[in-house]
Amino acid sequence: MNKPKIALYWCASCGGCEEAQVDLAEKILDLVNLVDIVFWPVAMDYKIEDVEKLPDGSITASFINGGIRLSEHEYVVKLLRKKSKLVVAYGACSAWGGVPGLANLYSREEILKYVYHEAPTVENPQKIQPQLKIKAEEGTTLELPEVLPRLLPLDLVVDVDYYIPGCPPTPEVTWKAIETLLSGNLPAKGSVLGALDKSLCYECPLNETKPEKVLIKDIKRPHEVIADPSKCLLTQGLMCLGPVTRGGCSALCIKAAMPCTGCFGPLNEVMDYGGKAASYFASIVDYSDEEEIKKVLGKILDPMGIFYRYSLPASRLRGKITVTRR
Amino acid sequence: MKEVVINPITRLEGHGKIVVILDDAGNCVKAYLQVPELRGFETFAVGRHAEDMPQITSRICGVCPTAHHMASTKTLDDLYKVEPPEPAKKIREMFYNIFMLEDHALHFYILAGPDFIVGPKASKEERNVVGVIKKVGTEVGLRVIQTRKKLRKLMEIIGGKTIHPVLGLPGGISKPLSQEAVETARKVSEEAVQFAEFTYKIFKDVVLANKEYVDLITSEAYTHRTYYMGLVDEKNRVNFYDGKIRVVSPRGIEHAKFDIHQYLDYIAEHVEPWTYIKFPYLKKIGWKGFIDGEDSGVMSVAPLARLNAADGMATPKAQEAYEEMYETLGGKPIHHTLANHWARVIEIIYAAERFRELANDPDIESKEVRNLPTATPEEGIGVVEAPRGTLIHHYQTDQNGVIKKANLLVATQHNAARIALSVDKAARSLVKAGQIDQGILNMVEMAFRAYDPCHACGTHSLPGGISVKFYLYGMNGQLLRIVNSEDLV
Repeated sequence: MNKPKIALYWCASCGGCEEAQVDLAEKILDLVNLVDIVFWPVAMDYKIEDVEKLPDGSITASFINGGIRLSEHEYVVKLLRKKSKLVVAYGACSAWGGVPGLANLYSREEILKYVYHEAPTVENPQKIQPQLKIKAEEGTTLELPEVLPRLLPLDLVVDVDYYIPGCPPTPEVTWKAIETLLSGNLPAKGSVLGALDKSLCYECPLNETKPEKVLIKDIKRPHEVIADPSKCLLTQGLMCLGPVTRGGCSALCIKAAMPCTGCFGPLNEVMDYGGKAASYFASIVDYSDEEEIKKVLGKILDPMGIFYRYSLPASRLRGKITVTRR
Repeated sequence: MKEVVINPITRLEGHGKIVVILDDAGNCVKAYLQVPELRGFETFAVGRHAEDMPQITSRICGVCPTAHHMASTKTLDDLYKVEPPEPAKKIREMFYNIFMLEDHALHFYILAGPDFIVGPKASKEERNVVGVIKKVGTEVGLRVIQTRKKLRKLMEIIGGKTIHPVLGLPGGISKPLSQEAVETARKVSEEAVQFAEFTYKIFKDVVLANKEYVDLITSEAYTHRTYYMGLVDEKNRVNFYDGKIRVVSPRGIEHAKFDIHQYLDYIAEHVEPWTYIKFPYLKKIGWKGFIDGEDSGVMSVAPLARLNAADGMATPKAQEAYEEMYETLGGKPIHHTLANHWARVIEIIYAAERFRELANDPDIESKEVRNLPTATPEEGIGVVEAPRGTLIHHYQTDQNGVIKKANLLVATQHNAARIALSVDKAARSLVKAGQIDQGILNMVEMAFRAYDPCHACGTHSLPGGISVKFYLYGMNGQLLRIVNSEDLV
């Protein structure tokens, strides 16, 4: 019997999603017994041409991580879409843009200008910049993929069937998602696999110490305070995003006495994660005087980096638009 | 002229493409390794809270997140002028050595191992970790997997998450170790040392006992004479977590030894139009192009470079292995790129021994692991040795600790020029008279794989992903074919 074919690919990612897959450890061996991996550049030598030769729809599922930042990413994910029955957005970057999505606060030109001309170590008197096409001394034209104007989550480029959350998804979440996919009993299209539709507080070991209604008088940044690891971090003024974040990671950061930064993303039915998170914090400041409220919330000097750290490109804001005057 | 393209290059972190240019006789005249990635971390760091940088910059690389996390955390110490308590420093260094050990093990067994253990010319269906396990046996395979799993589980206990840890804060770490964590660390560190010795034995049995491999390692095709850079302790021994940066010349003579705050005097970056990666070089010598030798500012980092730049190892078993390597390969420095694999195994031994030393230090039981910062932040610089070489973070902030400017010099970048040289030389040495098969192309890929490059790191500046593709071009610039390795057999 033919085993189902699986492809794994990375776009503008860090490789953490691949590491998370390698962290399946012994289960990787189970996995290779259950499926044929036909493309996985981090660990196997199959090339893009090998994928191009496969019949359309012959890959059972492609797991794609990383946001779409280059024309090459766009090409490969469209190719994988064509060759696959199911496309799964694996990890925060693919689902919502992830940390590299914060680059959408700047234009592509600002990024290129800083990297190749302004960084303090750069010595570039001839103002060289990487070119999409350049003739090498030997006469050959060397080509580079284009940096797209902004980073896009996968579902703004191709149709996505399922999402696996996390930065990165944990091995447990990954395995649960694989089991669901292999069971043949597929959930509704667009579902989030491997995690529950409950907030992180639900599985947090400090939840017992969280009052029914959290109210705070002050906001503390993590470097300003030594947190008590046995007490709900929110009640200590730390901006823990657990209440608005999907559970499933088993509260790993909180167990290390650091607040949740929201990498498992929104619960079902939430349209804009950052907006939800910001409104949550606005609602728990325990003052009625406007000036006092402003003072507390004014401690958040980087709302984009805190509330939209993993989801800016998929949010209603998308990023910052730079208007150039003619 | 003709050209062959390998796309993507595989078994590395990130994306890449190799273009091989052939003359009419089918001999390679030039090969380019292009890195098609760029993400813009330095730019979008601007506006972030500085204390979030250890977690934001770890997303440059999920394979070495701990390296970025720690370089960033040390930069925050410097930014806030706050010294962590001694126990916090020791826990950080222990955590860091566990990471170096498991990361090097990943490369040895999963990324590079297939080339030596399965064979450089084995079929691509076999040339991967599954092939490695077939060759060394399931028992050995499981031992590797389980040891790595234990090490990474321990990292989770100490650092919250293994991939993208969260323990680092200016002035220390987020939480002291529980008694249970201390005991686990002590137990696992014993196993780690045994695992390191076992890995060295495998390396000797499989690689060193095979004359063909040793000849390959010492062949001119994989040799470059460049400067070498790495962190050293006060006795000029390798240290991953802290120390001064030392650079030695191709003849092994000290070129520079400097505190990280002086890095702008010693390192500059060159830009090329055909790749997104930038090429750091030694500023006092200057950029002379893609050439090796004493007059060229091209330098190298990562395991072999670190060992070349130091006078020895700080732990006994690693020191023994260090001496053995230099004796066997004929003294210092070693210029054979593939000897990186040997150096990496020596560093596995050091990381395991250092981990055991620190795990057994009573200080790590202390609850004093944070000093709260009081100074107004302005500027900070930090450095660590990442598995792939020297990693430098540099931030400027406003008085509220919001980033105004960031500069990141990443390990794979320091190696980028030498990697470009290596791929070119390997291709020119191996691709002759139109003879190209997938084994030969894989041997060209081995020229970069030895460095364990991370193009995600190297181009933190924008797009992400690595794969290699061989493009074959003719002298007139026409694309002959894009190599599909299968068609070449």
